[in-house]
Amino acid sequence: MTLRRAGFAGAVAGEWIKIWTVRSTWWSMFATVVVTVGLSSLLTLAYTLSYDRLGFRARLAFDPVAYGLAGLNFGVITLGVLGVLVVSTEFSSGLVRTSLSAVPRRSRLLAAKAVVLAAVALAVGLISSFAAFFASQAVFSMRRLGAGIGDPEVLRAVTGGGLYLTLIALISLGAGAIVRHTAGAITSVLGVLFVAPIFGVFLPEDWGRTVQKFLPPAAGSAILTTRETPVTLPPWQGFGVFAGYTALVLVVAFVLFRRRDV
Amino acid sequence: MISAAGLTKVYGGRTALDHADFTVRPGVVTGFLGPNGAGKSTAMRLILDLDRATAGSVTVNGRRYRDLPVPLREVGALLEAKAWHGGRSAHDHLRFLARTNGIPKRRVREVLDIVGLHDVAGKRAKSYSLGMGQRLGIAAALLGDPAILMFDEPVNGLDPEGILWIRRLMQSLAAEGRTVFVSSHLMAEMALTAGHLIVIGRGRILADTPMADFIPASHVRVRSPDLAALVRAVAAEDWRARPADDALLVYGVTPADVGDLAYRNGIRVHELSPVHPSLEEAFMRLTADSVEYHGGGG
Repeated sequence: MTLRRAGFAGAVAGEWIKIWTVRSTWWSMFATVVVTVGLSSLLTLAYTLSYDRLGFRARLAFDPVAYGLAGLNFGVITLGVLGVLVVSTEFSSGLVRTSLSAVPRRSRLLAAKAVVLAAVALAVGLISSFAAFFASQAVFSMRRLGAGIGDPEVLRAVTGGGLYLTLIALISLGAGAIVRHTAGAITSVLGVLFVAPIFGVFLPEDWGRTVQKFLPPAAGSAILTTRETPVTLPPWQGFGVFAGYTALVLVVAFVLFRRRDV
Repeated sequence: MISAAGLTKVYGGRTALDHADFTVRPGVVTGFLGPNGAGKSTAMRLILDLDRATAGSVTVNGRRYRDLPVPLREVGALLEAKAWHGGRSAHDHLRFLARTNGIPKRRVREVLDIVGLHDVAGKRAKSYSLGMGQRLGIAAALLGDPAILMFDEPVNGLDPEGILWIRRLMQSLAAEGRTVFVSSHLMAEMALTAGHLIVIGRGRILADTPMADFIPASHVRVRSPDLAALVRAVAAEDWRARPADDALLVYGVTPADVGDLAYRNGIRVHELSPVHPSLEEAFMRLTADSVEYHGGGG
């Protein structure tokens, strides 16, 4: 046998095999594409059919790109679940003890997981985002409402959709490593992403609106917009805020993963 | 070689391992014996750096486990609880493990053959029986052809054939000069497998000794209606003996020796039997002592 050091490259290669050898990966990838493209198309269709009844203001504020990518907000659930499962099933199955006996450096193992997950999520996210964009713009084009991929800001928004879903997967991985239970981690991720915005609704209007902009889902999905809106931050600023949340969760995850018994 | 010095682990106020010092050497199966909850699994998790020691240290070939450059080449471990994902096949499980440590793919086939999982290697592990799962864990331990092997309660869930198989496997691994460290609460199994013994109770190392020294010597149990005469006769021969209830235990002689002695002295004998003390008895005596010690010492 040739002797090679078991370094980071080996850990990444091992995680790469791991992620493709369980069915949940294939299911969540498939579900992500179906849900994002399907819901984007359906919502787009509903909008197109009711366009004649819309007022002037609604038509003016209409962002065909953000609307067409609305389905990505549901892909958040499926890729979030994938991100959680990558870590939480290690604990629920006991596999983590085998994984750590092969890669005893804790940070190396978790970093390898993050790299592999990010690659998979980016690929699925980009496929979903581009597919959702083209499908929705095809529907909009029935009423000549659609935008082209070459229009200003559009490529950034559609690519940003893939990046946003990648961060979602990573923040979920962090939650999985912190909580270590599948159900608990999924609940925390979805709770923060879908329930937290309710707080903003009940705050006094002016600063409620500001808080809302900085809450994770609004900040993260700002990248999907191509028109300025009063309820979201500028695209990259919002994305940066969400990346900050992701980094924070990952730092906590690494610290705890290094420190705790398994 | 595994060396622990002052190894201590406290879980939320409960001391699972209390200043344990021990060394596990190559070339012999070292049994790690103790009742459930004595601290065996804790010690093994600490060796693998899965749990962090509260105090003390443990090294493998002179290094902390996390500092081993290619850990699976040096240590293979079968842990007590199942440590694989049920949705992944045995083949994929071993393939990813091999990849992390740069072990060639053909070794996966080899270990699947060794443990006899070849035919089911493509099936998802959740469909495996307890014994098959145990064999998968053993395959993972053997994957890197390591010089040190640890098995935590390896016979759990194995059928008699499987138990015999793992016993022979461990003995042949030790005969090849490897370090084999096996924990069990089953003393009969340990007596058959191990050549050296580390006994643990309530987190403390109670004994660290060759198996032969741990089990007391065989002796003869003799009962007679004329016990006093028998005691005198035995004493006249300068044999070592001690009374036990209504019988006399005579050490270092055979039943024939004792029978002949009784015949020569005209002493009637009602029972004459050879006694081979078991590991159980030796263990019970040891732990009884430690309980008394704890009680007396406060």
